[in-house]
This record gives sequence, structure tokens and C-alpha cells, in this order.
Amino acid sequence: MSRISTLKDMDRAAQRGLASLFPKKTKIMVGMATSGIASGAQGVYDALAAEIKAKGLDIILSKTGSMGLDAIEPLVDVLEPNKPRLSYSKMTPKKVPLLLDRLSSGAADAIKPAYRMDADDFLVQGEKKPYLKGKLPAGLKDIPVIQDIDFYKKQVKIALRNCGTIDPESIDEYIARGGYYSLLKAVADMSPDEIINDVIASGLRGRGGGGFLVGRKWQSCRHAHGDVKYVICNGDEGDPGAYMDRSLMEGDPHSVLEGMIIGAFAIGAHEGFIYVRNEYPLAVANLQCALEQARACGLLGKNIFNSGFDFDIKIVKGAGAFVCGESTALMASLEGKAGEPRAKYIHTVEQGLWNRPSNLNNVESWANVPVIIARGGKWFSGVGVRHSTGTKVFSLVGKINNVGLVEVPMGIPLKDIIYDIGGGIPGGKAFKAVQTGGPSGGCIPDKLIDLPVDFDSLWEAGSMMGSGGMIVMDERTCMVDIARYFIEFLVSESCGKCVPCREGVYRMNEILHDICRGKGKKGDVELLESMSKGIQDGSLCALGGSAPNPVLSTIRYFREEYDAHIRHKRCPAGVCRALIRYGIDKEKCTGCGVCARKCPVACISGEKKKLHAIDPGKCIKCGICMETCKFDAITVE
Amino acid sequence: MVNIVIDGKNIEAEKGATVLAVAREHGIEIPTLCSHASVDPSGGCRMCVVEVVKGGRTRIVTSCIYQVEDGLVVNTRSERVLEVRRLVLQLLRARCPESDVVREMAAALGVETQARFRPDKDKGKCILCRLCVKTCEAVVGVSAIGFSGRGKDKSVGPPFREDSAACIACGACVYVCPTEHIQMEDSGKGERTIWGRTFRMAACKVCGLHFAPVAQLEYISRTTEVPVENLMTCMSCR
Repeated sequence: MSRISTLKDMDRAAQRGLASLFPKKTKIMVGMATSGIASGAQGVYDALAAEIKAKGLDIILSKTGSMGLDAIEPLVDVLEPNKPRLSYSKMTPKKVPLLLDRLSSGAADAIKPAYRMDADDFLVQGEKKPYLKGKLPAGLKDIPVIQDIDFYKKQVKIALRNCGTIDPESIDEYIARGGYYSLLKAVADMSPDEIINDVIASGLRGRGGGGFLVGRKWQSCRHAHGDVKYVICNGDEGDPGAYMDRSLMEGDPHSVLEGMIIGAFAIGAHEGFIYVRNEYPLAVANLQCALEQARACGLLGKNIFNSGFDFDIKIVKGAGAFVCGESTALMASLEGKAGEPRAKYIHTVEQGLWNRPSNLNNVESWANVPVIIARGGKWFSGVGVRHSTGTKVFSLVGKINNVGLVEVPMGIPLKDIIYDIGGGIPGGKAFKAVQTGGPSGGCIPDKLIDLPVDFDSLWEAGSMMGSGGMIVMDERTCMVDIARYFIEFLVSESCGKCVPCREGVYRMNEILHDICRGKGKKGDVELLESMSKGIQDGSLCALGGSAPNPVLSTIRYFREEYDAHIRHKRCPAGVCRALIRYGIDKEKCTGCGVCARKCPVACISGEKKKLHAIDPGKCIKCGICMETCKFDAITVE
Repeated sequence: MVNIVIDGKNIEAEKGATVLAVAREHGIEIPTLCSHASVDPSGGCRMCVVEVVKGGRTRIVTSCIYQVEDGLVVNTRSERVLEVRRLVLQLLRARCPESDVVREMAAALGVETQARFRPDKDKGKCILCRLCVKTCEAVVGVSAIGFSGRGKDKSVGPPFREDSAACIACGACVYVCPTEHIQMEDSGKGERTIWGRTFRMAACKVCGLHFAPVAQLEYISRTTEVPVENLMTCMSCR
């Protein structure tokens, strides 16, 4: 890898990247982010490699990150010269020969792509580059283009611009799509103040949860006293069900590095750290690879782009404490101390890591920066809504058809995310609530389905943006049980430094457990509310300060469920085992016997083709009968 | 110097001083459990929270850490403040039902026990104030004890709960412990047991009193370069 010091060097790298993004021969790309690997992409990749070799095919095989729609992975993209890029979903090693046969014979029916891309959107440059040149091949007319797929229709990709498109291990492909040009522009043509003003003008707010204006933070850090300053990337994503940052680090690590280098130049830092949790091995590997490439090209190290600016980055792996996502705990951990937060009366931009001015931003925030520099803060602020500009990446998980990563303009109505992008609730069940903002966020009920998803609206609804987890719940979800689940998570993740969080959240958990077990007492809800106030006011850091949110928001919107548990010892959603009883519907039971065979404790009996019965004394309330009954004959009350 | 108001009283305070220090200097009592003059404040017990108004914004801050600034208005006994203190004491009462210090402080502040919290049986009198750990590290300089676990399972002790090789049995941790949780026993026959390890006590050259652990005298000798023989006299015979 030769050194990149000038615009000419950049253009040469971009040409190489374009040649590999639009190759002259057939190229097959496998989505190999963790989401892909979890659904079997490695097997598909290996099968492709073996088959290509065995048949002596002249095909390039490469890896890419995640496109977002994890529900249909493993995803394999095929790109033939001048033809649309075709995406094949739910690939298996068995389907590999079919796919390769289709390529050689052109037989359309053996295996059908899920969608096609006729052009590639080069967001940084603001232009489209066509894959398809000339007429659309006959067999592809009925294959929808990606923009017409419900899941993608309303998405706008800024942070995830390269994920699933480029090979994360290729710096050339990153450069071809406009990567590192923003860095060149920043160090060659802009002053630090101009950069900061542009980021302020963009309105970009921190994507890690706090929502503080990124540009203002940079400005404070730039003006803080001290010669040695640090920039830090927070990749310690720990919310249950959230994997936005993981996907970004895996699929487009250079975008994070470029954002950090630009930030460091603007702030006046020469050393940076990326703090990633050790549970993200692929993110660590891809970041490491990107770091080595950037160093080899001189984009990190001494005298970047001959500007006299020196900067380098180290990766530090976190040991898996949720609280280390809190900035002061993260910095303590970087220093080699236990990950415990401290009071932030003196901001970390003044005294952070080793008591020096430190600017910490989250992965997604950093990844937005190169686009802001390339297209201008004004352009960025045109996306989204006032006070919440740009886009936000969400991981849409839980009871939702299209499980995956989505990037939407801020201010989009919640219902568009749930129904249009997410495809609604599986099994025709009703949508009940969505948990946003991670364990210390809150639950937004179905009646607020029109809520615009932006920082302030979520806050007013009693939840928060957080880092972007969105856990969808259907009618079969008990909201008291959900509150208990999140509180239990926080109990095990509290660092234990301050009393309200360590002891208070623990006691809330005890009470919630009691309620779920039918041992709730009159006054418990009021006690939970008053404890919440003390914990919010009294906790040392944001983990404790926001820990009561899941309880408060579920009480606010689902008070009747708490009352049902406490007063009537009933769980209306049929979830809390101590409060429910399974039965069999006389009308619906066909006597097929499936439930009896599947019951792990053999408590269901009945003659063939006759009504079956459950022995309530033996039933362990596992719910397997309900899941296996094809006739909807199992009841719960 | 800056001008501030605490509980309606106009006070001129030194810049950089903490709200707690200034309040105490002026006879305004703020309860604390984890504060000690010998170590830096950690802000863990939350008893010292106060309400401050700055630029029209009211918020709860930790007075042992929060520094005074010009125009600051402090309320040490607002409803919100008392709510936090009440919760902290109820929680600590449940954690350490045996602790007299916690019981007395709760009684003094009129805080009733919360019956809904089931008293812990395994925490002894330790309220995790950190004074022992900080003293051992910053004052004594040996770091023989530290924390293990996190959250509710956090506890203080020597590494891996084994005999600490670094401990010098000086007893500073016992001395600073506000709740008398840490046990130290002098046998009277030249032995001291602390953190599960028994140490030999040195006898005074003059009167024969077992006055200090040998390990501590050796540590002092190592850090001051005074020969250990010169340290073998007790305070009264020196």
C-alpha cells in the first residue's frame, strides 16, 4: 500500500476502488457482518469459494457488511458487468450451485433474487453511478428495485452509506465512494474553526444517547486549556437488542476513523482511542485492519496529507461492563482502572482521560462527520427535523417482521418504522409498545404510534433516543414483566459505587419480582414512583439517573396492568407464570395430540380425536403447548 | 473569593472550595457517610446532596465534590434533597440492619424504616463508603484491599479473598470505617488478626508493650530508610 499524500494519490486509490466496485468480470459479495454470519453466511461463503474453484469459474468472491435487512440473511449479491446488482436472500450452501448455474445459463427460475440495484448511490459525492448500462435484461423485469422494497423505501442512509456495499477490508473501495476526501478537504482547505462551525451548522447531536450538540462539544474541547488532548470513540454498545454501532464498525470501519481524524484535527488532538467491547470480535478485527491500512497509507501517523498534522488511534477492548459506555467510566477503564463513573461537574472536554481535555463521541456520530464535511453542515441539517437533524440508525428487533438495522430521517413517524419499514407484527398480533433508548429508556405505547421519532418527542413521551435500540412488543407482552426485565439488567450492570443505584434499583427489582409472582402489595406502585424520584435525583451517573425510566414509563402507560397483577393477581398478557393458567378450548381442540406429545412434563392427556385436558397441578406453564397447537386451542388466563 | 448563598445565608467563600466544606465552615450541617478529611471525596453515599440554582436551573448535586462559584444559591434541606437522603438511609438500613451509625443517622433525620425492603443478612455493616480502600491506597500507600464484583455484589477485601501479601496490619481501614464493619483483633499476646491474616506484633524495646505490627514497622523502615531497630520503641517510651 503506497503512501497517500496528495489529491492525485487519492484519485489513484479511488480508481482502484472503482475498478473493484464496478469490475469487468462477475463479482459475488457475501454479507459477512455478525448478523450474516449468525444466519450462516460463512457456510455460504465457503461453498461459493469451493464451487468457484471446482468449476474453474472466473469470478471475484468478496465480503461485505450488512445491508440492514437481517431477517433475510445470508445475503449474496451478484454483480455482472453492466447488469443490475442482484441480491439473493436466505442463501444456503445448497443453493450455491443453483446460483452459479443461473449465472452461466441465465436460467431465471432456478433461484430468484429478492431485489436488484440498478445504480449505486455515492452519497458523499452526491451522485449515482449506474450498475445497469443499456437495457434491463428480460428476466429481471419482475425483480423489484431496492428502492421499491418496503423495508428500504423510507430509509435514508448517511451513517450506513457504505455498509453492505463495500468490502470493509478495502480502503480503496472506501476511497472510491468519497472516503478520506473529506479529511483531505478538512486539513488542506479548512481551518479548525471552519470545521467546527460546519459541524455546529449541521445540528448533529450525539448518537450515543445524550444528544448533546457534537460541534459544541468539539468547540469546548478545542478551547479547553492543555496541550495534550484526546479524541475517543465510544464503541461500547451494550443495550440489549442494539447493534447499530457493531454493524457500522464491521461494515465500514474507515468512516469511523475518518470522522475521528477530522475531529482530532479540529480539536487539536494527536492521540485517539476506540473503546470497543470485547464481545465484538469482528468489529475489532475490521477496525484493526482499517487502522493498519490507514497507517500504511499515511492517513494516520505523522504529517497527514503533508499538513504537518500528526494523529494516531489505538483500539482498547472493554471487558463487557455496560456502565463503561458512560463516558467517565469509559475513561476510567481506558486508564486501566475499574469502570466506575465520576460526577461530571467538570466536563470531560475540560478534564477527561488522564485529566486532560477529551472529546468522546459515539461510533455513529463519528461516521456522520465525513459526510457533513463533504456535503456541508447546511445540507445535513436539511435532513430530519429542526433540533434533530440528519438520520438515526435503529436496530429494529423483537416482535417485528423485518428484523434489521434501519436508518431513517429524524422525525419520521413511529408508525412508518413499525408498519412500513418493519412490516408490522408477526402472526397478525396487535402492536402493543416499543421500547426505545435501551434499558434506561422507556416504553412507547400503541396510542402514540404517530409520534415523530426525534430526540425531543421521545423525551416528552417519557422515553429517549438512546443509542438506537428499538424493541417491538406485541399484545402477548406483559409490561410489568418487561419493566422487571430491564431493571434486572440494570441491577446486574450497576457499578455499585453510589447507594441509590446499587441498592435502590435492586430494591425496585425485588418489588417488581414480587408483583410478577403475585406477591405485590397495595402501595407498591406508589412506592416504585417515589423511589424512582429519589434514584433519579440521587444517582451519581446517568445509568442510575435513568434507571427508573422503564418502570415509570410502563406505569404511565400501562398502569392497569400493574393493578391487575397487584390487586387481582392476574397477568392480562398471560406471561407471568405464577399468575396464569393454561386451558384448552372445547370448541377448537381437535384432539390431534401434538400438545400432549410436546409437553415436557406430560401433564396433557386425552384420547385421540377427543378433547384434551391440562392437569393444572403438574403444569409448569412453559407455554410449549400454546406454541405448538395449530388450532389456537390453548387458552391462557 | 466568590459570593454564594446557602440556606438563605450570604457567604463569601474561597474559589475552588466544595459546597460541603463551605457549609460546614459556616455551621451548616450536611450529613455524610463517605466523606473524610484524609481522602479525596468519591461522592458515593449521596447523603450530602444539595439543591443548587445556577442560571435559573435547579438541580441536585453532590456537595462533597461540587465547587462553589459566584452567584450560586444552595438549599441543603429542600424537599428533593430530603427525599434522596430518606431513600439512601432506608436503603442502607435494609442493607446493614445491624449498623448503629446508620440507625442513629436515620433516627436523627426522622427517617422511618421501609418495611417493603427485606433486610440483607450477608452484608455485615459495610455500606461500601470506600474510605477503607481509599485510605489504604492513598494514605497508607499499600493498596492491600480493594473492590471485587459490582453492583449489589460489590465487596471490599484483599485480592481473591486470600491473605493479602501487601497488608501491613496497620489498622487504618478499621480506624476510618464509619460503621465498624472491619474487624481487627489484638490477642494481647503479640498477635493481631485483620482481613483473615494474623500478624506478629513488635514488642517495645523499653517497656515490652506489643505496640505495632512488625510488618508495619518494616514498611515504615522501607519507605523512610530508617533502620527498623530504630523504630522498635513505642510512642510512650520514645
